[in-house]
Amino acid sequence: MSTVSMTVNGKAVSADVEDRTLLVDYIREHLRLTGTHVGCDTSQCGTCVVHVEGKAVKSCTMLAAAAEGAEVTTIEGVANGDLHPMQRAFNDNHGLQCGFCTPGMIMSGIDMVNRYKAEGRTLDEAAIRHELEGNICRCTGYHNIVKSIAQAASEM
Amino acid sequence: MSEGIGAPVKRKEDKRFITGKGKYTDDIRMENQAYAAFARSPHAHAEINGIETSAAEAMSGVIAVLDGAQLTGDGIGNLICGWAISSKDGSPMNMGAWSALATEKVRYVGDAVAVVIAESKEEAQAAAEAIEVSYNELPVAANIAAALADGAPQVHENAPGNVIYDWELGDGDATAAALAGAAHVTEMDITNNRLAPNAMEPRSAVATYDDAEDHYTLYSTSQNPHVARLVLSAFYQVAPEHKLRVIAPDVGGGFGSKIYIYPEEIVCLWASMKTRRSVKWTAERTEAFLTDAHGRDHVTKARMGFDSDGRIVGFKVSTKANFGAYMSLFSSAVPTYLYATLLSGTYDIPAIHCEVLACYTNTVPVDAYRGAGRPEASFVVERLMETAAREMGKDPAELRRVNFVKEFPYQTQVIMNYDSGDFEGNMNQAMEAADWAGFTARKAEAANRGKLRGIGMACYIEACGIAPSAAVGSLGAGVGLWESAEVRVNPVGTIEVLTGSHSHGQGHETTFAQVVAERFGVPLDSIQIVHGDTDKVQFGMGTYGSRSGPVGISAIVKACDKVEVKVRKIAAHLLECNPDDLVLEDSQVKVPGTNKALGWHEVGLAAYTAHNLPADMEPGLKEGAFYDPENFTFPMGCFVAEVEIDPGTGKTDVVKFVASDDFGVIINPMIVEGQVHGGIAQGVGQALLEEMVYDESGQPVSGSYMDYTMPRAEDVPSFVVEHHNTRCATNPLGIKGCGEAGAIGSPPAVINAITDAIGNNDVSMPATPAKVWAAIQASGTSMAAE
Repeated sequence: MSTVSMTVNGKAVSADVEDRTLLVDYIREHLRLTGTHVGCDTSQCGTCVVHVEGKAVKSCTMLAAAAEGAEVTTIEGVANGDLHPMQRAFNDNHGLQCGFCTPGMIMSGIDMVNRYKAEGRTLDEAAIRHELEGNICRCTGYHNIVKSIAQAASEM
Repeated sequence: MSEGIGAPVKRKEDKRFITGKGKYTDDIRMENQAYAAFARSPHAHAEINGIETSAAEAMSGVIAVLDGAQLTGDGIGNLICGWAISSKDGSPMNMGAWSALATEKVRYVGDAVAVVIAESKEEAQAAAEAIEVSYNELPVAANIAAALADGAPQVHENAPGNVIYDWELGDGDATAAALAGAAHVTEMDITNNRLAPNAMEPRSAVATYDDAEDHYTLYSTSQNPHVARLVLSAFYQVAPEHKLRVIAPDVGGGFGSKIYIYPEEIVCLWASMKTRRSVKWTAERTEAFLTDAHGRDHVTKARMGFDSDGRIVGFKVSTKANFGAYMSLFSSAVPTYLYATLLSGTYDIPAIHCEVLACYTNTVPVDAYRGAGRPEASFVVERLMETAAREMGKDPAELRRVNFVKEFPYQTQVIMNYDSGDFEGNMNQAMEAADWAGFTARKAEAANRGKLRGIGMACYIEACGIAPSAAVGSLGAGVGLWESAEVRVNPVGTIEVLTGSHSHGQGHETTFAQVVAERFGVPLDSIQIVHGDTDKVQFGMGTYGSRSGPVGISAIVKACDKVEVKVRKIAAHLLECNPDDLVLEDSQVKVPGTNKALGWHEVGLAAYTAHNLPADMEPGLKEGAFYDPENFTFPMGCFVAEVEIDPGTGKTDVVKFVASDDFGVIINPMIVEGQVHGGIAQGVGQALLEEMVYDESGQPVSGSYMDYTMPRAEDVPSFVVEHHNTRCATNPLGIKGCGEAGAIGSPPAVINAITDAIGNNDVSMPATPAKVWAAIQASGTSMAAE
């Protein structure tokens, strides 16, 4: 057991966890923030994506202990009062159906837009599709997810 | 903007999902919750000599280790297939015994043998690995050919030769005669590849036994919680229905795989009673590949005969279907009444004969997956049509045009009676949207870039809302396929609609509310859709087979009819007017052109205060309905796929995809188009990427996302989705259903495009780069492009 301390969605949290505890399990089972999901066991599906120090991370691929002292943002923490533009874009464009992959898609989408903006690159449809390589959706055929991220990119 | 029928209203349910507040089964944590982990067979076929559990029982956190002997000893029944199919000779299907925990034999890799209940998931998993099962390995039948070979290993003793049934539909003699006299016969061997459904949410169950009440509660990733309760009670003897509540909360996709009641739910319920603890189990993805019912897996020989004008004269189809190691809940219906009945496609075919041989293998059970039988039928019909056109030197669109059904109703030779459609209209629309006429120029331009470009179409038809109950009962169904609804108007005028349909991505909370909002002239926000809980909704058949629109909504309409009658009577009584003179709009019940009007809420309040109601009227404003359709509905459409292939690598890019669908009346076009997008992506996945592979020893080779190629965003283009709708003639709103269409029409469209591009018709699904490259080498097309 180790004590891990980090900031999650702006709130300082600390807990004793087994050393093997994954960040996703810490978020879901200890903090009970269940918007972050687990859809595979091989780090392929991206339903567990959160932001660690502002960067998208698959939280099933990281030990909770490795996030010691870090700023972590989950889907529950992205909105500043009202919805985040990426969240609103998914609603506007029917970018979700069953909703299971959606938190990961939104977290990846925000990260993608931030990176492209910071680097001064254009996030066009081809770039969005390429960037979504690590996020699997079985419902939407990606069509409206791509539209959602494109809309948010123009608003963020 | 209108919120009613035809309006692309944004979804009411989205907010909880985009903010991380969805409530899926694995998100639920009960007081006193323990965790289940299963010990599963590593062998495809073996006898169980003994199960040694003492080491596991001694491990940290372990509460109980339970096996099949205890399960059957407690009277828990075997899993069953709920649709009885008889062979040609009248003999019943050979259903082998399937215990939720295997007792004497294991029959596929992943067959559950024992379960550990422990304080934590990790402790349960560690103890499950410590269970020592002594196996005597047996020879394996890993695929259809192996299962049907002479001397094949017997999967079940009561299925000689591994044959479950040898069934037929249609007129064998007439078809043979028609083919014998045909001017041209096209013959093909076709494989429909085995798929893993892969809803993104893995299956999960949380079971709680309350010994004070002798009552069970199951949270489950189910598409049909009432069917689950019925089957768990009536067949598996877990608990009587009134002592079992099944809740399917937010469910993260289903695609058929969450229709069935699996061993894990049975075991969690039983184990919660044995241990007096809530028991949770959630599949890992690899466990999902090992245990979720797979789809497709057909091998078919088909012969289609034409006269000298290109008119189809006869169609003979012989299919072998892999059912896996056990008969899953609806497995028997898939290659029979959901497949053979659609073999007339969109065409007027005077003679059809279909034979289906269903067999056991040492693989995961196979059952309905998005489309269920209809994609397989569409693939056979549309590959034959395309190939026949090429063989006869005819334009593929013209060959289809000549053979389309044009008059409705149309009675096919394989049971179905098509009520409506304009098949040519959809093909014309799709070809125009795809700029079919401009393809030659695009092909030439691609050739300049060293790419092989091809175009292909498929005119699919499907059958949604399987019905009516009496008819399906006569064909062997163990259940009726109606739907129920209850419409409750509260004293303040807000409305709760209880439906037996279940939403796991389809957007019912929005679509269903739109229907009611339009009907009563009230705001969308005043309507709540309630579903997925057997304690709230009395009964329902759930969501699969694209039935929620045509059947589920029809039940709501029927309940609304009854509510409206009462609303009119109450308002007419209070306003002293004729009920028929009233209109319901703008949250009022009023006589147009007069000052006679009541607020909708005033009618609700009047019904519940009951101070001044018509004589003999009961108080309250709540009506229920059961809707049993008079026929299937028949959505159809034309899909056009355009591909570019790199002849150096064989990699196929779908560069354009156009759909023109006929879904009847559409409630929410935004949601309907989303259904089409998702279906097309699954169909493109089947055509290019996906296959559940077993080796000869029955070991799954593609058991994770490292190995099974899920379609990613870069694997599909943006889609062009158009509509050319004709009203369904057999349900009140004219809805046809849209959930599966995309997955049904897209595989043949893509393969027709690939084979067009490379000039070699011998490409099976999935058309991987290696297969396509080999086909290019065989046909010599690579040179042509260079």
